[in-house]
Amino acid sequence: MHYYRAHVLVCMGSGCVLSGARAVKEALSEGIKEHKLEEEVQIIETGCMGLCDLGPRLVIYPEGVVYCRVKAEDAAEIVSEHLLKGRIVDRLIYRDPETQKPVPLMKDFPFLSKQFKIALRNAGFINPEDIEEYIASEGYSALAKVLSTMSPEEVIDEVKKSGLRGRGGAGFPTGLKWEFTAKARGTQKYVVCNGDEGDPGAFMDRSVLEGDPHSVIEAMAIAGYAVGAAQGYIYVRAEYPLAVERLRHAISQAREYGLLGEDILGTGFNFDINIRVGAGAFVCGEETALLASIEGRRGEPRPRPPFPANEGLWGKPTLINNVETYASIPPIILKGGEWYASIGTEKSKGTKVFALTGKVNNTGLIEVPMGISLGEIIFDIGGGIPNNKKFKAAQTGGPSGGCIPAQYLNVGVDYESLAELGAIVGSGGLIVMDEDTCMVDLAKFFTEFCQEESCGKCAPCRIGTKRMLEILERITNGEGKEGDIEALEELCRYIKNTALCGLGQTAPNPVLSTIRYFRHEYEAHIRDKRCPASVCASLFDSPCQNTCPAGVDVPIYLDHIRNGRFLEAYMEVKRENPFPAVCGRVCHHPCEAKCRRAQLDDPLAIRTLKRFAADWVYKQNNGFPVEPPGVATGKQVAVIGSGPAGLTAAYYLAKAGHRVTGAPAR
Amino acid sequence: MKKIESVDELMKFKETALEKIKERQTSGKTTIVVGMGTCGITAGAREVMMAIIDEIEKRSISDVIVTQAGCAGMCQHEPMLEVIKPGMPQVIYGHLDEDKARRIVLEHVINGRVIGEWALVQRD
Repeated sequence: MHYYRAHVLVCMGSGCVLSGARAVKEALSEGIKEHKLEEEVQIIETGCMGLCDLGPRLVIYPEGVVYCRVKAEDAAEIVSEHLLKGRIVDRLIYRDPETQKPVPLMKDFPFLSKQFKIALRNAGFINPEDIEEYIASEGYSALAKVLSTMSPEEVIDEVKKSGLRGRGGAGFPTGLKWEFTAKARGTQKYVVCNGDEGDPGAFMDRSVLEGDPHSVIEAMAIAGYAVGAAQGYIYVRAEYPLAVERLRHAISQAREYGLLGEDILGTGFNFDINIRVGAGAFVCGEETALLASIEGRRGEPRPRPPFPANEGLWGKPTLINNVETYASIPPIILKGGEWYASIGTEKSKGTKVFALTGKVNNTGLIEVPMGISLGEIIFDIGGGIPNNKKFKAAQTGGPSGGCIPAQYLNVGVDYESLAELGAIVGSGGLIVMDEDTCMVDLAKFFTEFCQEESCGKCAPCRIGTKRMLEILERITNGEGKEGDIEALEELCRYIKNTALCGLGQTAPNPVLSTIRYFRHEYEAHIRDKRCPASVCASLFDSPCQNTCPAGVDVPIYLDHIRNGRFLEAYMEVKRENPFPAVCGRVCHHPCEAKCRRAQLDDPLAIRTLKRFAADWVYKQNNGFPVEPPGVATGKQVAVIGSGPAGLTAAYYLAKAGHRVTGAPAR
Repeated sequence: MKKIESVDELMKFKETALEKIKERQTSGKTTIVVGMGTCGITAGAREVMMAIIDEIEKRSISDVIVTQAGCAGMCQHEPMLEVIKPGMPQVIYGHLDEDKARRIVLEHVINGRVIGEWALVQRD
């Protein structure tokens, strides 16, 4: 075999492809040709390693140097500097967002520090389109072990021992499911892989299918042997064209190598797999709807029981597992169920893949041991919240899940702990939210999603989510009324208890959990017509004014300053705040944190401009102008205490025409 | 591709397939670092490196990493290379050419003998 001294691994996951990985690869191979390095350097396409935010991304071996956000123009430099001269191209190296220290080597990445890769063991390290690289990485060894040395019962026992639970969201023990299907009566049985990943922001399954399709194929063959099935179906959505393409390629390669088909490895075991491409309806992730869709019927759920283990595809016993569940099977077979069970917590074993997104420095795909604390995920792996903002809550489980507020950052992430908090592990979406997120708006977003994706078969889901959405829309438009929260809670209870399938039963979760932890935000919307996070646009004019504790009309006074009308600016501040000069110096300026300009570059210097206007007025008048009191009302007010609050009260009372006498509190 | 027809065949096939990805595994390997500064390249470091790669391939040695480094500040001794073999002192060789490079692969990397007369620096 030809010896290449360097391997350039180009990530070809969907994320990196979209940010231009193909052009980068072209440019690299041109550069390599130009420098006549074809005989020394090999370019390999791999799947996703999880650092999607940093794509297009390369890893160059043997050193293991990672280059991030590479553009086609950078390729020439990488070739002439790194590949030819062995010098690391400094400017393309990942830098720690806080310390700005360069982190050239993959093994030092903080993002990978606490991860433990089982399902994603090969993604990003091997070429998913080359079955030989998979075989070299222990691929199909588990299938060989199962077929040559284990009985179906032993396989199921091993899976049961591992404690693996369904990674699609519900967390049903996988070994039990296999056992039910194995014991179900019937000669014809099926194995199905659920790759209909639909939660907003979740892409674990896509990554496995794109980065390591053979692991799913191998696991399905093992499952086929365990339950007595000879035919498998992978249901994957059409929105994942790359995953479909890689799967097709992988299946045909497996057939060519005799690892699918008849008499696999000379053991007499037959198994083959077909792909079914779904049109991308969220409800088809529900197992009975998915099976209906494979059969060519409309993707609608049906009541269970009978469970698919007894009556599934075309009424035959069917084993249905999620992509990530399957991907965990080969290592369990090779290393043993006890090994897998030694990872994780007492009831939640092994590892889980999460798609870390939202307001966090390192977004991407992570695989962590069950029971790791939420804080470790967000701050150690995720690198914390960008722009020094405050962490508000994390949403797990997408539209079926709930949110976890800051006080539970130390809670371990596993099935039981999250369920206790009203959230779920779910399929693994993990959206981090900072102080700029409105929880009512969030609940509305997910409710809208569920409402649109409801298949309409049962009334609680079809009509219930619609009514929920209407109430939420009213609240966010400032038309909420007393009793809305209670009405929502009641509606949620009904839907939860009566909807036909998982989609409907879990649709109220985001609403319930935001009410549970952020009821005060709902109340602020309903009673004060105020959106504390400055998101619900119909409730305020500008986010800076909305955030100002005094409610100063910031855009107006800034506009006065822009036009050189400094006295008018000063008077505008004084309308809500009698101390522009003081607050121009000491205010903690929450307005600037919400300034829209900050999304472009830096926020406007709202506080300093206030100070400037006040100082200008002071200088022009040799002191601040004395304003006349309002038309006398004949009433007298004594203000006890002469701190900022007392003085403010006295000022506005005098402006209203009352006679004010101030006195110190003591 | 012929079908893999038994478990043994799969295991044999795995051994050959390992060749494809072993460059991506780094532990326990011998590293040859070729000085590839401007000085090194002018003095013939590319030819030296190509000779090493050729020799590795011819002798189908596994567990060797060939990598490069910049100028070490001893430009008068270029082309230079350093051999880091686990369990052996690290040695920097200088004034190399293609033949010498091939000898180093044979003597130092395979047979584990330092060629004292070409060594510039030896670190334990």
